[in-house]
Amino acid sequence: MLFFEQVLNGLQLGVMLFLMSAGLTLVFGIMRVINLAHGSFYMIGAYVGATVTAWSGSFLLGLAAALAAAALAGMGVELTVLRRLYGRDHLDQVLATFGLIFFFNELTRMIWGRQPLFMDVPSWLAGSVEILPGIGYPAYRLAIIGVGLLVALFLYLLFSRTRLGMQIRAGATNREMIAALGINIRLLYTLIFGLGTLLAGLAGVMAGPILAVEAGMGESILILTFVVIVIGGIGSVRGALVGAILVGLVDTLGRAFLPDLFRLFLAGSAADRLGASLASMSVYIFMAIILACKPAGLFPVHE
Amino acid sequence: MLLLCCLALFPLPVILLGQDYLLTLGTRILIYGLAAASLDLILGYGGMVSLGHAAFLGVGGYTVGILAFCGYEGRDLLSWPLALPGTENGLLVWPLAVALAMGFAALTGAVSLRTRGMHFIMITLAFAQMVYFFFSSLDSYGGSDGISLYGRNHLPLLDTGSDLQFYYLCLFCLGIFLGGGHRLVRSRFGRILQGCRQNELRLQVMGVATFRHRLLAYVLAGGAAGLAGVLLANQGEFVGPGMIHWTRSGEILVMVLLGGMGTLVGPVLGAATLLTLEEYLAMYTEHWMVFLGPFLILVVLFGRQGIYGMFHRSR
Repeated sequence: MLFFEQVLNGLQLGVMLFLMSAGLTLVFGIMRVINLAHGSFYMIGAYVGATVTAWSGSFLLGLAAALAAAALAGMGVELTVLRRLYGRDHLDQVLATFGLIFFFNELTRMIWGRQPLFMDVPSWLAGSVEILPGIGYPAYRLAIIGVGLLVALFLYLLFSRTRLGMQIRAGATNREMIAALGINIRLLYTLIFGLGTLLAGLAGVMAGPILAVEAGMGESILILTFVVIVIGGIGSVRGALVGAILVGLVDTLGRAFLPDLFRLFLAGSAADRLGASLASMSVYIFMAIILACKPAGLFPVHE
Repeated sequence: MLLLCCLALFPLPVILLGQDYLLTLGTRILIYGLAAASLDLILGYGGMVSLGHAAFLGVGGYTVGILAFCGYEGRDLLSWPLALPGTENGLLVWPLAVALAMGFAALTGAVSLRTRGMHFIMITLAFAQMVYFFFSSLDSYGGSDGISLYGRNHLPLLDTGSDLQFYYLCLFCLGIFLGGGHRLVRSRFGRILQGCRQNELRLQVMGVATFRHRLLAYVLAGGAAGLAGVLLANQGEFVGPGMIHWTRSGEILVMVLLGGMGTLVGPVLGAATLLTLEEYLAMYTEHWMVFLGPFLILVVLFGRQGIYGMFHRSR
């Protein structure tokens, strides 16, 4: 039963990672830009959400404010910095976005101080839900899973049923051609980037009540996001979904059960040490295995 | 060459002025210069953008730390299959640390170098994170707090405790790497490496085993970075997971770019600039990073050749 709870926790982490990686993989795949600062938008979402919720008392208002802030910040960054990075080699992109991380982290510390902010779970989502007889699970985490799956559905509909989605997909396949066809590529890019950062902000504000809202929070989830994208295949949102769920499950289940598993085979403190180390490294080992078999990821986008 | 002479003479005015902390700063510049130069070998010449270079620093540093720690506690590192007591003897620890760093580079390089571009960047980052979490989780060896050393490793003929002698030791190591690297990039090996950056397919068509060359370069760079890690651990008499954090890899990358990629000497200048800026900007405002970020962005967008390029336009 603990196992089932951990599976749900893994799904919840997976869903958050999906929100982060969907936007990032699109930016990688279509605009060919490595954006290390994606975690900063997650952080902006969390901070703005926490602040507005505390000030207004309404979680939904905080949520809306966080989404708006993340999207606006994203589009602002796209217009000023990212635009000049298209077509540059990866090193330049890495360094410029690295500079953005420094800037945003420090700016956050300047505005909000060094103490972490706390965000409460909204009262209408507090408490647990009985999913199986006798097993309760926090309603808020279930809500996160639900929101994430809804977003996945929304993205699927966006890409396959709308014109904008069609343009995005076309842009992923052949940028020059759709510019030649008269579609405003620059606006499209700005919108895509804004969508990506909006999703990151959503992940951030939802994570607020569960994790601490502090200046470096973007970095830790960013690394996992990269792992998800590498496993799923750069440029593929489907890959991001599958990769995110896999990574979420592997990480959560690994941390929960690997130390116990090791205690079955080895004795004493060696088992604890080994188990704990392997648990934290489990995702990366998983990634190395996948890449050894499929260097381009599970769902590589063909050109 | 000129640079090395400058660096060799640097301590003299420092001692005269009595500012000992400048000597510490200088030593750190040398150490980070070594790490950055090793990254430049694979990045500037080989075209491999690695975001995980700090992992090698960590492997080197932690070898020093763990062995010293075992020495203090009086217990063995491993009792099976062979007894490995802790030690502070530099002659034993240093080569072991470099060898371990090179071994790690060989293993991860074998997997990573099969990928290119963005994939390579991210897989190197992920491996470095693996090392970070591994060392953070070793609670008996410091965990996330790190290990404090009571003194530096012992080496024959030198008193490593003396900051001045340690400075010259680091200078010596850096000099060897720069000298050797200089010869290496002008050799056939170096040309193949640069060819890999420019057009690997062409080289492969010509019959060159590019993978092997890139791997060897990666291993060499890893070893040099491991040595830098050893020196860093000795210099600060402390090892911690913070040495392996990915922002550290990023800082080294910044040093390479700032100083000039593909020059080996440039990164040392980059290290000097970055570390000096950190020291002095921090005196003015606690939030100096707010300025460093945009400054970095501007350098990337507008400055192409780095500081070294400013002096050597003929390149």
